[in-house]
Amino acid sequence: MRGAAGQRGNRAVLAERIGSESAIAAPRPSRPAVPLDVERVRTDFPILQQTIRGKPLVYLDNAATSQKPRVVIDSMARFYAAENANIHRGVHHLSERATEAYDRVREQVARFINASSTREIIFTRGTTEGINLVAQSYGRTHLKPGDDIIITAMEHHSNIVPWQLLCEQTGAVLRAAPISDTGELDVEGYEQLLGDRTRLVAVVHVSNALGTINPIKRLVALAHERGIPVLVDGAQAAPHLRVDMQDLDCDFFVFSGHKVYGPTGVGVLYGREALLEQMPPYQGGGDMIATVTLQRSTWAPLPAKFEAGTPAIAGVIGLGSALEYVDKLGLDKIAAWEDELLGYATESVSQIEGVRLIGTARKKAGVLGFVMEGVHPHDIGTILDDEGIAIRAGHHCAQPVMERLGVPATARASFAFYNTFAEVDALANGLLTVKKMFA
Amino acid sequence: MASLSGLYQDLILDHNRAPQNFRRMEDANRRAEGINPLCGDRLTVWLKMEDGIIRDVAFQGSGCAISKASASLMTGAVKGKTRAEAEALVERFRSLVTGSLQKDQTESLGKLVAFSGLSEFPIRVKCASLSWHALRAALDEPDAVVSTE
Repeated sequence: MRGAAGQRGNRAVLAERIGSESAIAAPRPSRPAVPLDVERVRTDFPILQQTIRGKPLVYLDNAATSQKPRVVIDSMARFYAAENANIHRGVHHLSERATEAYDRVREQVARFINASSTREIIFTRGTTEGINLVAQSYGRTHLKPGDDIIITAMEHHSNIVPWQLLCEQTGAVLRAAPISDTGELDVEGYEQLLGDRTRLVAVVHVSNALGTINPIKRLVALAHERGIPVLVDGAQAAPHLRVDMQDLDCDFFVFSGHKVYGPTGVGVLYGREALLEQMPPYQGGGDMIATVTLQRSTWAPLPAKFEAGTPAIAGVIGLGSALEYVDKLGLDKIAAWEDELLGYATESVSQIEGVRLIGTARKKAGVLGFVMEGVHPHDIGTILDDEGIAIRAGHHCAQPVMERLGVPATARASFAFYNTFAEVDALANGLLTVKKMFA
Repeated sequence: MASLSGLYQDLILDHNRAPQNFRRMEDANRRAEGINPLCGDRLTVWLKMEDGIIRDVAFQGSGCAISKASASLMTGAVKGKTRAEAEALVERFRSLVTGSLQKDQTESLGKLVAFSGLSEFPIRVKCASLSWHALRAALDEPDAVVSTE
């Protein structure tokens, strides 16, 4: 978590200037304050060992998806090679082993986010499905015409569109809490929106386009004072921050496996048990029933009630390996390293003439958004790609954020713990190449 | 191998910096909006058609260097052309940027050959095609919205 004061404070640490090969004069810590052996960590990620057009891959698109450590790839291959069977069905040996492995990951996830019980952990396809599940299951049974759902002006499309669909179905109204020019949530504006008709708040923890860390505990407390449940979109938070369900006190929390170094196609919905209990199933099918007759069916207890059909078993097992990897490394250490990287990148990139940062909240994680005068982000992306540097350019599935901040698109570098200071230098030097080309 | 200098030729950079016919046209009788939902880029193309001939053409919008330069050069290329000629040019341009145009056909494209490097950058083909999609739509109906997807 990077504060503005923290940035300046770090300048003392960033005292020593690195050699003249860097075209950017931002000071770089010769000995980073965080004890993370990044060079060793990088060897855990096979994909990082390659070159792109003869240049080492510099992967700065982690907010889109993170890379996978070998343990994740291996655990999934091992599952398919030695343990593959469907779960919760067979009486045979393999099915038993697969079921055990699958259920063990649920326990692991519950510990990872400090849920009260494994009944509160639902495996989904990802963040998007988690939000849709809550919208359709909780939302359709609780919302009436004229009721409110509150989001913010910095949401990803996946935390906007499911609510718009729900509003069309129920006659409820979607309202967005305002944000400042720096990309911070206007908490007072948010509080003013909470009213007698507000039935749900859905808010992003860490903005994917801006990097802003929202004050979730405060937002939850303000909603709870009025008896309003809160869903937190944790897709960008889970990889960067320690998230604790008891501490945040939110009612729903969703995240994706592939952004926490796990595979695509799997995600997690945390839901407060009492709420999940009273919610109807989202999808019907195998595994989510207690009994079925041709007339009617009864539902399985939590969490199976919300897991219809054969889930992404290998994906869940891969997610388990990813969380174990992250746990071993330590989220606090990860957060501290990424914080230093982001601080250094912020200084390096903002020194380039004509560059303007988009998203300068006091508390940020992992994301550096920017625009360059006279150069469209797509052209920045293509030219950096020629240098082997992967960033994202565009609206980041957050068009309302772009509109609010008055830019059609931004370039975004997003960091993971395996990124290095040298990679930040490569980014800054690449941006100088862009500038030269478009001068 | 894909070459960056083949993509960003001087002509393209020049037209990005100072696009021609970059204005609203108040007396247009055709108009189409082109949207690239992948990147959020959008631009509007206006035409003044008289007797089946494009008397005037203009565009406005936000986009990358490729889409802006392509739109700029498009306006220069189709002004004064008949509808059929313009449609044929749309097709030839599409073949050029996707790399399926025969070598001996490139001459007829004039300055537009500057976009031949695009065939090495398939991701950027949509950028170059946006204004041409919009042109095609404007030729077909008076007030259209088209998407690259």
